[in-house]
Amino acid sequence: MRDKIFKILLLLSALIIVLICGGMFYFLVMGSTEAFGHFGIFNFISTAEWDPNPDNEQYGALSFIVGTVMTSFLALLFCIPFSLPVALFNGEYFRGTKIALFMSTVVNLLAGIPSVIYGLWGFYTLRPLIISLGLSEQGFGILTASLVLAIMIIPYAASLSSEFISMVSNELKEAAYSLGATRFEVIKSVIFSSSASGIFASYILALGRALGETMAVTMLIGNTNNIPTSLTDTSNTMASVIANQFGEASDLRLSSLIAIGLILFLITAVINFIGKMIIKRFN
Amino acid sequence: MRVFNSSSVSWRQLKDRAFFIAVCTLSLVMAIPLVAIIGEVIQKGYKQINLQFFTEVAPSTLDAMLAREAGGVIPGGIVNGIIGTLLMVGAAALIAIPVGIMGGVYLAEKPKAIFSIIVKFLTDLIQGTPSIIVGIIAYTVIVVPLGSYSAIAGSIALSIMMLPLIVRSTEETLKMLPTTLKEAGLALGASYTNVVLKVLLPSAFSGLFTGILLATSRVLGETAPLMMTALGSSTISWNLENPASAVPLLIWEFYNDPNLIDLIWSSSLFLLLLILIFNFIAKYIVERSSK
Repeated sequence: MRDKIFKILLLLSALIIVLICGGMFYFLVMGSTEAFGHFGIFNFISTAEWDPNPDNEQYGALSFIVGTVMTSFLALLFCIPFSLPVALFNGEYFRGTKIALFMSTVVNLLAGIPSVIYGLWGFYTLRPLIISLGLSEQGFGILTASLVLAIMIIPYAASLSSEFISMVSNELKEAAYSLGATRFEVIKSVIFSSSASGIFASYILALGRALGETMAVTMLIGNTNNIPTSLTDTSNTMASVIANQFGEASDLRLSSLIAIGLILFLITAVINFIGKMIIKRFN
Repeated sequence: MRVFNSSSVSWRQLKDRAFFIAVCTLSLVMAIPLVAIIGEVIQKGYKQINLQFFTEVAPSTLDAMLAREAGGVIPGGIVNGIIGTLLMVGAAALIAIPVGIMGGVYLAEKPKAIFSIIVKFLTDLIQGTPSIIVGIIAYTVIVVPLGSYSAIAGSIALSIMMLPLIVRSTEETLKMLPTTLKEAGLALGASYTNVVLKVLLPSAFSGLFTGILLATSRVLGETAPLMMTALGSSTISWNLENPASAVPLLIWEFYNDPNLIDLIWSSSLFLLLLILIFNFIAKYIVERSSK
């Protein structure tokens, strides 16, 4: 009898996870019906105008979608030249040594710093640097946000891909060494080619992180509702516009923000799903 | 297999060397932002850390402005944020730990069932969901029906973020235990409940505890979902039904208020230390249990 109750409790706990997911989707959809009903789903996604003027309210998500995609991909681009060496450093060159442990501690600590502190650092250290380099007048914008975002996602990309790199079988590597390959050649033609899909998946998952990052981006992107035309333009991402305007929004505007949340939820879900699937097939 | 000796040996060795140096240099560059961030936070923040910092609530803009004009240190501290953080993270842990551990036990016990596969998939989905979306949900489900911002809404948002981490770490740890452990318990005539509660979970304790610590340290610095749920408060509040402040929320408030700017660094230093301590304890446990 006690066992039965206990087993039901276990099942209920697992069920709670299903309920949370179902609830998230349900409430996001319910919250966005007003906006989608008023503007039409396709129209909402393809309009860039965001005007809270009560006489002529007009909301569209396009500029935020573009802003999100631009900052995230740029961050991914900045992240690769650093996370790939770290992954090789920990997963191949110094695998299992004290210095690799030191490096992975550095990476873990970077992953532990809260978003809001990254935002402060970006604001007080990186932004003046961007200004003094003459890249932009105020120092806010896509570029500043992406740079900080890159530092924030490097830990994820590096620690995941170093796992895949260290999983490459020794026999394969030794076979290449016995043919006279240098270490660089082994890395290039054996390690990269046999862990390519795993490394790729790590970057997909890192991208998933970047898409939803909120505080640091909100503090650095400049928060203007326009489609960015250059890297130093100010803009808004989906997450940053929600963070900025949610508190003061009501009715149609609130519903539009929730609709943006729904789009962001779906995009990150798809990106994470693709990443997980690639990893599953890799294993 | 590609032909390796297409160019001279010394050229290939040079390339190998150059690549190694490049990897090391670029890897070490990673330490720069870490040192820069921690250095900046310590250097600008340590001055404000005093007894007052832990015993008084955040000052009003006016008090801070007067103190700044007089050239002194801003009065007040962040005790409302510290208590709010403890309260909300504590309540979130109380919700997420039992549900997460039991969910993890379920997944580890029935790894092949279709329902388990779905739950695992959904756990990953929750883990990948941006925190701001968890904030929207907690706002719609709790803040709107209750009619006011509250600490409990913040706790629930944080617990949703902790849950997947605890579920997966419980599942992974339990999977690593030898099945003979469970069989021995059952063979001795112990009930299933007793085997799980008195044999499996205690043997997995260090793994579970590490998972809980990491989940907690992850939500300690969360700002966005709390902005939409707990809102912030300038007084100490022990009541979960009232709006509450939190250290990351205070950092955000100080950041937006030019008079209080000096306090952001000490608050950040405090938050960073708190998170680092959690991380180091977790790491220490992992290293000790793996020996």
